[in-house]
Amino acid sequence: MSVLQALDVGLAFLVFAVAAWTVFAPGPFAATVGYVVYGLLLSLVWIRLFAVDVALTEAAIGSGVTGVLLIGAAARLRGAETTPAEEALTGLTRLFAAGLCLLVAAALAAVVLLLPDQGPTLAPQSMERLPETGLGNPVTAVLIAFRSFDTMLEKVVLVLGVVGVWSLAADRYWGGAPGEARAERPEPTLAFFAQVLAPIGILVGVHVFWVGADEPGGAFQGGAILAAMWMIVMMARLTEAPQASAFWLRLALIAGPAVFLAAGVAGAVVAGGFFAYPPGLAKPLILFIETFMTFTIAVTLPMLVAGPPRREPRR
Amino acid sequence: MTEGASAFAATAGGSLLALPILVPAAGVLLSFLLGGRQAERIALALMPVQFGFAVAIASLIWRSGQPLVYVLGGYAPPLGIALRADGFSAVMLVTTSLIMPAAGLYARTNFATPNDGTERRAPLVFWTLLQAIQAALSLIFLGGDLFNLYVALELLTFAAAPLVCLDGRPETLAAALRYLMFALFGALFYLLGVALLYGAYGTLDIVLLSRQIRAEPAVWLAAGLMTAGLLAKTALFPLHLWLPPAHANAPAAASAVLSGLVVKGSFFLIVRLWFNVLPALPNAVPGAILAALGSAAILAGSALALRQERLKLLIAYSTVAQIGYLFLMFPLASGPWSAEAFSGGVMQALSHAFAKAAMFLSAGLIAESLGHDRIAGLGGAGRAMPVTFLALGLGGLSLMGLPPSGGFAAKWLLMKASIEAGQWVWAVVMLAGGLLAGGYLYRVLAPALSGNRPRLKSPPRRSRENVALALALAAVLLAFAPPTFFAFLQIGRPAAGAALR
Amino acid sequence: MSSATLAGLVGAALVGLGLYGVIADPQPLRKILAFNLIGSGVFLVFGIVARKGAAAGLSADPVPQAMVITGIVVAFAASALAVALTLRLFEETGRATLRPDAGTKPPDDGADAE
Repeated sequence: MSVLQALDVGLAFLVFAVAAWTVFAPGPFAATVGYVVYGLLLSLVWIRLFAVDVALTEAAIGSGVTGVLLIGAAARLRGAETTPAEEALTGLTRLFAAGLCLLVAAALAAVVLLLPDQGPTLAPQSMERLPETGLGNPVTAVLIAFRSFDTMLEKVVLVLGVVGVWSLAADRYWGGAPGEARAERPEPTLAFFAQVLAPIGILVGVHVFWVGADEPGGAFQGGAILAAMWMIVMMARLTEAPQASAFWLRLALIAGPAVFLAAGVAGAVVAGGFFAYPPGLAKPLILFIETFMTFTIAVTLPMLVAGPPRREPRR
Repeated sequence: MTEGASAFAATAGGSLLALPILVPAAGVLLSFLLGGRQAERIALALMPVQFGFAVAIASLIWRSGQPLVYVLGGYAPPLGIALRADGFSAVMLVTTSLIMPAAGLYARTNFATPNDGTERRAPLVFWTLLQAIQAALSLIFLGGDLFNLYVALELLTFAAAPLVCLDGRPETLAAALRYLMFALFGALFYLLGVALLYGAYGTLDIVLLSRQIRAEPAVWLAAGLMTAGLLAKTALFPLHLWLPPAHANAPAAASAVLSGLVVKGSFFLIVRLWFNVLPALPNAVPGAILAALGSAAILAGSALALRQERLKLLIAYSTVAQIGYLFLMFPLASGPWSAEAFSGGVMQALSHAFAKAAMFLSAGLIAESLGHDRIAGLGGAGRAMPVTFLALGLGGLSLMGLPPSGGFAAKWLLMKASIEAGQWVWAVVMLAGGLLAGGYLYRVLAPALSGNRPRLKSPPRRSRENVALALALAAVLLAFAPPTFFAFLQIGRPAAGAALR
Repeated sequence: MSSATLAGLVGAALVGLGLYGVIADPQPLRKILAFNLIGSGVFLVFGIVARKGAAAGLSADPVPQAMVITGIVVAFAASALAVALTLRLFEETGRATLRPDAGTKPPDDGADAE
């Protein structure tokens, strides 16, 4: 067994152990912290699968932003989550559930082992049509060109997510801001941390987005890093979340899917089909769309984490 | 890939297929941006447009006798995504585009923006998400790619779940959360199956997959996982636990859409999966399992409906039962009777959509007028609001399967197919289900039509009663569907093509 | 065994583990965590499929990778919605529970018109 293989096996066991911890940990807070560690380990697995774009997304969104969301929730639910006796499953039901889950996992594992070493692939077709897009990163080409319809609709899902989260506001807070107000005197350490980190993070985020055309990275990953920076600044209470009724906020939240959709419809007029790019103009158009998508992701993720409006709107 | 290429020759008018998805999606974005009263205006203005698209698509399919195909972005599958519409897609599109405006017109009273135009929470959310449901359902009916359909499932979940708890009462929040959990489970299991199919064949296009699929372990596991996930979203017994509280607690207009249309979305995908993706799999055993679960749903759902104390819960439990009928078509899907069984299943989906929407809107009017919906307190209410109860009763006709109604046509076709196939057991279940439905409807209608007229808090508005009645009449009218309608349903059905070959 | 197959096996185990958490743990927040475990397990299955599709000079098939990226973003939005619902439920009732009868209890006053 080579060193790399030994590392792989070790990583696999570690991922599984931390995952088991998040299921069986005694308290929800401990479980949530376990989940963040789990997300980071998982991005290592993705790097080992030579999927660097996915690894970046997993680290930024799967672990980072989701972690902030869940830890915040666990903190607010502290003390509330004691299980009333009547909700606990009986031993027999647990045994049955465990049996079912083992069965699913075993069947899945068997099929995974049966997969041929060289499986069917769309890599050649992707490379064949990559030049039309003017891009160098085939994953970005799949997202913004070959399967752009998926990506546009998934951006609409994010908008619906915000509508759904906001719909949970009390009526009197509708249109107000989520989260806490800006502090008169922010906590100095946190504020310093945010002031140092945010500008660097913004540069990194923009860079990750920009190189995504040709190298690993892109709108999702860059947007998620920018989102994290805004969240840090808000958590340090250097600034506060905008009002849910603010026109600029709504515009920012829909800009990505709206520009994408408009470009898709324009394709029907100028390029002979919905979501087709005119030859030669593909790359600039794709970068244009991605710029708005990055911006929208950077605004959407923090709003999803901030939750429903919790303060009365200012007029 | 010459054969593959011919499957994606753009059909004339194919670009029409993108519009019923893109237009309501644009409506969602605009409604959320402009806010206030604009959301309602945009939603209502786009409904006739949507109806126009649906009719245009249906007539193109009718004229050519072929499914419509459109390739997005000029990237043909397997690399890109295709949209496809067959006869079944078209009737579901038309049905959706008729029930949506009914729910919208009914909801205008409940979700009006105040006269000064100040944006309110419930109206903005309702009108925005109603359009999102429209977009998601269109995509489900037209999608030709299994991952694209996963995105459609998620769109539908995000659009539907918040509607359940729009009034914010704690029990609606619990119901919405449970609904969301079942939906997430369903979407993830569906997605897992998608991953396995891609791993086995390197494509997710329905037509390309159907040509390559063989009965092998990965395919069986994928089929099992995807079906289980979709069943959880369709609320087939025993995965129905989330449905009654969610559908009974939502605002009436939302209940009508959720019960009439949204559960049909995931049902549609189960039909797609077994009839269009996996026709090569031996389907006797899976079909029998689905029908057995359907039978259990019919009996258990009806029995539980008999025991409910509130009208909306009774109607919600009857949805659990009526969903069961949909699955009786699966064991009858092969053989000379398969066309009848397919038509019966589709007819059940259509007639239940209209009937159940009518019944939920009627129940909403009853609850508003009486101030409650306790069945024990309905005595004489039928005399105070006859049109409302007429709509409720006509809807009930379809549920029982009595003529003349779409429900009768559906159950008749399914019963004929099961007798021809020698599978008597399903016919017996259908008869029992009809009797039980008669029982729970009698519990509601008998007291309502006798006794003293109760004092109404406010009489129902005639226009809203008419909306419910129109839906109920549509369910009745389906009984008179001409043979050409059933021929239309067969357009693009793979089993029909196999029989001809 | 290749590292891709190993990752696929981890994915299978994660799906089973997460499914157990979803079924067995009554707390909504723990269920949300478990859903995320199932999700990442599903994504790993996509990952092994991508890796086994290495061809044309690419070390992994880009199509399943793009699907995973889409999936991760959707999963995050779903978590956010579920968390917001759980927190609101807790604010309203002082507890966060999915008890089946929580939704079927008739309101005390019987008046539940919209």
